[in-house]
Amino acid sequence: MTDIPANDATNDAEARTRTREAALIRKRYRAERRFRMYGLAAILAALGMLTVLLVSIVSAGLPAFTTTQIALDLNFDAGDIDPGGSRDPAKLASANYRGALLKSLRAEFPGSETRQGRRDALNMISNNVPFVMRDMVLADPFIIGTTQRVWVKSSADIDQLAKGSIDRTLPESDRRVDNRQLAWFEKLEREERIRTVFNSTFFTTADSREPEQAGILGAVIGSALTLIITLLLSFPVGVMAAVYLEEFAPKNRWTDLIEVNINNLAAVPSIVFGLLGLAVFLNFFGLPRSAPVVGGMVLALMTLPTIIIASRAALKAVPPSIREAALGMGASRLQTVTHHVLPLAMPGILTGTIIGMAQALGETAPLLMIGMVAFIVDVPGGFTDPATVLPVQIFLWADAPERAFVERTSAAIMVLLTFLIMMNLFAVLLRKKFERRW
Amino acid sequence: MNSLILVAVLLLLSAIGYQFGRKRALAGTGGEIRGLHSLPGYYGAYVALWCALPALLVIAIWLSAQGGIVDSLLIAGLPASAQTLSTGELSLLLSDIRNLASGDITSRTPSPMVLAAAERYNDLRSTGFAAMVVVGLALGMAGFFFGWRAINPEFRARPRVERIVHWALIVASAIAILTTIGIVMSLLFESIRFFSRVSPVEFLFGLNWSPQTALRAEQVGSTGAFGAVPIFAGTFLITIIAMLVAVPVGLFSAIYMAEYASPRFRAIIKPILEILAGIPTVVYGFFAALTIAPFFRGFGESIGLDVASESALAAGVVMGIMIIPFVSSLSDDVINAVPQSLRDGSFAMGATHSETIRQVIIPAALPGIVGSVLLATSRAIGETMIVVMAAGLASNLTANPLEAVTTVTVQIVTLLVGDQEFDSSKTLAAFALGLVLFVITLCLNVIALSVVRKYREKYD
Repeated sequence: MTDIPANDATNDAEARTRTREAALIRKRYRAERRFRMYGLAAILAALGMLTVLLVSIVSAGLPAFTTTQIALDLNFDAGDIDPGGSRDPAKLASANYRGALLKSLRAEFPGSETRQGRRDALNMISNNVPFVMRDMVLADPFIIGTTQRVWVKSSADIDQLAKGSIDRTLPESDRRVDNRQLAWFEKLEREERIRTVFNSTFFTTADSREPEQAGILGAVIGSALTLIITLLLSFPVGVMAAVYLEEFAPKNRWTDLIEVNINNLAAVPSIVFGLLGLAVFLNFFGLPRSAPVVGGMVLALMTLPTIIIASRAALKAVPPSIREAALGMGASRLQTVTHHVLPLAMPGILTGTIIGMAQALGETAPLLMIGMVAFIVDVPGGFTDPATVLPVQIFLWADAPERAFVERTSAAIMVLLTFLIMMNLFAVLLRKKFERRW
Repeated sequence: MNSLILVAVLLLLSAIGYQFGRKRALAGTGGEIRGLHSLPGYYGAYVALWCALPALLVIAIWLSAQGGIVDSLLIAGLPASAQTLSTGELSLLLSDIRNLASGDITSRTPSPMVLAAAERYNDLRSTGFAAMVVVGLALGMAGFFFGWRAINPEFRARPRVERIVHWALIVASAIAILTTIGIVMSLLFESIRFFSRVSPVEFLFGLNWSPQTALRAEQVGSTGAFGAVPIFAGTFLITIIAMLVAVPVGLFSAIYMAEYASPRFRAIIKPILEILAGIPTVVYGFFAALTIAPFFRGFGESIGLDVASESALAAGVVMGIMIIPFVSSLSDDVINAVPQSLRDGSFAMGATHSETIRQVIIPAALPGIVGSVLLATSRAIGETMIVVMAAGLASNLTANPLEAVTTVTVQIVTLLVGDQEFDSSKTLAAFALGLVLFVITLCLNVIALSVVRKYREKYD
């Protein structure tokens, strides 16, 4: 272009067009960058929300893994515990340990002679201390009449105070711990009679009204029992259904109906499965409420579509040449499937099953419908015992007003997420290790 | 537990049957496998199936029917004074008897009638159980001998066993259908009972929802009001807020993932985003109540707005976060399915990448994206735990996202959790709401799935 001479007017027009074009291109490139930024911003927003969620749960939950203990000089007063001096275990088991404890507290905490003072002193420690004393006496009756220094569990409020969750500068009326308790606590702190230890109670007991005695063992066992039922029901049925649909079913209206059905079931809200369980399992068949066996059945129906869909995909990925070879060797169709196709598809099926189980483990809503939401202090021992599961325990604790339950809720969530992460990691590893591209 | 032992005994019996069947088949040819019609294992399996299947079937039917039969026998045996009790009192009496029979604490000090009934209850149960054991074992043995006698080298064991397995496969795949039928029947049945008390017109178009039924009949408002419009409106409001969060974020991340991201970036970020979908909803609910709701409340206060602590906004935003991966992963698939030739054509015309995306790829992928948004909407409507923990309980007809509203799922949970009598309007209302929920989500799913399927067929 440049070597062709042209007059000024066209030159001018051309230059203007060129600048206009250049401006347009710059604008288009700016739009391009902006658009790209929107995408990146969306991803960062999603990641940011995930981070906020995890950080807020972990920071709220970590303190629950430790608990505060107080060293108390417990006076195992013979007059309260064994007035007759008979050392009869049956009598010792039902003796007046509370009286002995109150005497010890009176000695420990100056100012606890009044009614209010006594209540304050009792509120310093967990209310299971009399039972701890009983167990100590039953284990070793010779401590009766002696005074022992024992590390006892503090009450939930004192625990919160020790962890710094209660602001000591607040006016007394706004604090869960009054001035007298605060003074005692600070005295104990100076004497180094306060310590923080790993909260083993959290992993070894079931639910309790007292935050410092509440644990997740009952809920974990309940979840395990429920998932066993779910797995036993949904895995065989799911695999069998997938095998039928993928390997045997003729293409007709009936199979189409089943397919549409399975796809729709996968998207039905989980609470509807709870309604089904309530109406059919509880009210029609009269199965027990709150039982892991019913919970397992409901969750099995819910995870069935997931397992069927994953199993079908795994079966579809096995190349037809395998089947043709087996049939060519004279195997029957069932033999072809059970001896050749199914083993090859098993890693994919298992991956889908684990993911389905992880879903079932995190599910709450349908279990609320069938009564697995009761307050249960015993660790369930069988499939028909009343039980609760981990997510429902989280729901129950989230409703509790005590501050100490907030950290326990978050800690229970951390345990639940750990289980889920382990299951998903296992599924990923399984897929990585056994995945075959044909 | 005792039934479990019975089942174990039967399984043991069928394992023995397997061995016997094999042996008999082999004995018939003098140990020569070649002389048999089928492999020896099939003869064993034939005997084992005959041994276990009929007995287990009968036991299953027995167990599911026993409770009802024992109850009706028990009621028939009660004195006339007890038979005239209302259903509620009768069920209380029955549960007393049952508790006493199993040695638990009862709600009242037992009367002699209850004591006698408890004894009779235990008698009936143990008789029933003994009869079941006898029948089960007898069937098992009979099956054993029937199967075992039929075996000879010419016996076509494999086709017979395979036919049974084939039927088992069909039954397994029919369970999906049975589940749907069960859902529809249970929802419909209870809803029809509900609509015989409350007219469907009032339920669907009434503006007042207060399902508390009074204890005494003459109390004011004892019938409760069942106008569900405020609940539908609340569900709608929270769903819209959720979609306003999830659709832009999900769609833009899907576009970035599919079009701009390097494979490495994609391989790392995509699974992390999927974590959002794997977190249990109860965790989101707790997050909403613990972190997001106080945040919105504090923020509102600082700029002079009055935000309810159970605002629709908090529940909706958290639900939106939960739904992001549904929108993004489905849209990602859909965008990836757009043929490369469309992109190449657009690039060749001089379009920039974002112009290609906006003017070629999105229009081409639109049906699929709409499908994924519809699926996500149905997810949001049916989501329960987030709203139970973060949204309100009282019905409130408002479009203000800062106020507390309630949703269909919240109402179902509040109506059904705790003690309930099964024929009060309150309990039945939950099933009517469940039916509405099921129908709406089903419609959304069917539309979404058919749209996505049509879209796939277009480019496959």
